[in-house]
Amino acid sequence: MRPRLRLLVLVLILVVVLYPLVWMVGTSVKSPEEIANNIGLIPREFTPGNFSDGWTKFDVSFGRFFVNSAMVSVLTVVGNATSCLLAAYAFGRLRFRLRGFWFAIMIGTLLLPGHVLIIPQYILFRSLGWVGGDWPYLPLLVPAFLATEAFFVFLMVQFMRGIPRELDEAAVIDGANPYGIFRHVILPLSRPALVTTAIFSFIWTWNDFFKQLVFLSDLKDYTAPVALTLFIDSTSESSVGPMFAMSLLSLVPVFLFFVAFQRMLVEGINTSGLKG
Amino acid sequence: MAQMPVRPTEPVAVVPAAPRRGRRVRRRREDLAGYVFLSPWLLGLFGITAVPMLISLYLSFTDYSPLISVTEASWVGLDNYRRMFTADPSYWHAVRVTVTFALVAVPLKLIAALGVALLLNKALRGISLFRGLFYLPSLLGGSVALAIVWVSMFNRDGAFNSFLALFGIEGLPWVNDPKWALYTLMLLAIWQFGAPMVIFLAGLKQVPTELYEAASVDGAGPWRQFRNITLPMLSPVIFFNLVLETINGFQGFTSAFVLSNGTGGPVDSTLMYTLHLYIKGFVELDMGYASAMAWVFLVVIGLITVVLFATGRFWVHYSDAEER
Repeated sequence: MRPRLRLLVLVLILVVVLYPLVWMVGTSVKSPEEIANNIGLIPREFTPGNFSDGWTKFDVSFGRFFVNSAMVSVLTVVGNATSCLLAAYAFGRLRFRLRGFWFAIMIGTLLLPGHVLIIPQYILFRSLGWVGGDWPYLPLLVPAFLATEAFFVFLMVQFMRGIPRELDEAAVIDGANPYGIFRHVILPLSRPALVTTAIFSFIWTWNDFFKQLVFLSDLKDYTAPVALTLFIDSTSESSVGPMFAMSLLSLVPVFLFFVAFQRMLVEGINTSGLKG
Repeated sequence: MAQMPVRPTEPVAVVPAAPRRGRRVRRRREDLAGYVFLSPWLLGLFGITAVPMLISLYLSFTDYSPLISVTEASWVGLDNYRRMFTADPSYWHAVRVTVTFALVAVPLKLIAALGVALLLNKALRGISLFRGLFYLPSLLGGSVALAIVWVSMFNRDGAFNSFLALFGIEGLPWVNDPKWALYTLMLLAIWQFGAPMVIFLAGLKQVPTELYEAASVDGAGPWRQFRNITLPMLSPVIFFNLVLETINGFQGFTSAFVLSNGTGGPVDSTLMYTLHLYIKGFVELDMGYASAMAWVFLVVIGLITVVLFATGRFWVHYSDAEER
């Protein structure tokens, strides 16, 4: 294909792909009349009031929902990064009995659909008093601290296999034991894998809906995605603008991550090759 | 964090006179260390994954609602499974919706991903910008927020119909029409073609250019080069994307939930399997039945993965035997 034609085709596809996003931004500042009548992307009358209307639309403010989401996401990042790093060090660098057996099981859980486990987990966490308890986020967070996201374990094992063994051996000669090697060799050198894990873990948790829907039942505990579904119930014309405004706001953190780590995200997905 | 100097944290307990014993001590110590580092994962494997799986297998043979304790669940044998296959019409709707979704959306998404990757694979100014922007929907598209935007776009008075009106075509209320609702969700899935596209791009970079040069010399046109070089060389990556996207496709939940407000409507037309499972388990509190659904789902997904791997033997080419 001729270069100029190819560029034209690519730009056309890009316009189609980006249209929904631009339309969302435009609609979030349109008045109710314009949402019904003006099909253009740019509002004739700028209506920033949608944001304040949406923010205070429910009995609990959206600020609270965003704080809840941020807390769940950040703590999940901490949990995944630490627990998966520990497991990956064992799998990738240490020789111990039954390692191959456990590793095979870990690979087996990679493709295990989360929906299969949700019911028994719900029953288990409920019997522990965690569901709807004083702090209802335990069912979302405890699994992260127990390295259940096999994908990140696998990613870090792959990464650690690339760290030269000679470094371990040198440390052993210097008298380091497995804990010392972890602390002084593996931990500092694993930073790239930790950053990739942190970014993907944050974005996936921020966007996650299924588990948060199942485990959060009290309005004040809702995260942003669960709160957004409240808008669907009220389909009156006047709530479309606020709904778009809050939807847009909820995507801002992911978008900022995208801008800041674009290259890393694209390359991270390559080395690990995973979902979006 | 700055690089820490490697220094001994504790003196090594090696007895110089007995090297063999020292090695055994070190082995045992590494054994212990392995399990120390693995302990959170092991706890998660048993507590969060394995034991719940067994509980769910047991519950699938019982009539159970979360209002009672697991020990009080009443044993009903194969009743849940029998009901699923013979007495729950919605179950078969869910199966049909999910299979249709996967069979249509996954191939189209992969074709879009490969097509755009091929366009991007030539020297082009601003390629990383293009690549990043095409990838953006994969990061945003799984969210509730984007599903809301998508549904609004295909509403009766949404942007899509306004666009059609420019050409004098009268639109439909796509998301309220049982014939069309699922297709709007497929479009949302296809829209997220960026993630497999990035993987395709990396695969295309690995194809040696000499192959194309040799083919050109032999007089092969672009189509034959694509057919006889690009496709076979790319088949491992195609396979990888196919497995991944199929498994993801079967698990679609969020967009169907948002479109139907959690009901799977209109007329069960967006009742994805996972949504039906959610309704049975957490709305109707029929958790024995929902557990049976989950186990069938697990077995079917496992079988599909096995079948994909089995057929892969016939069409996935590895460039050298070592890679196998």
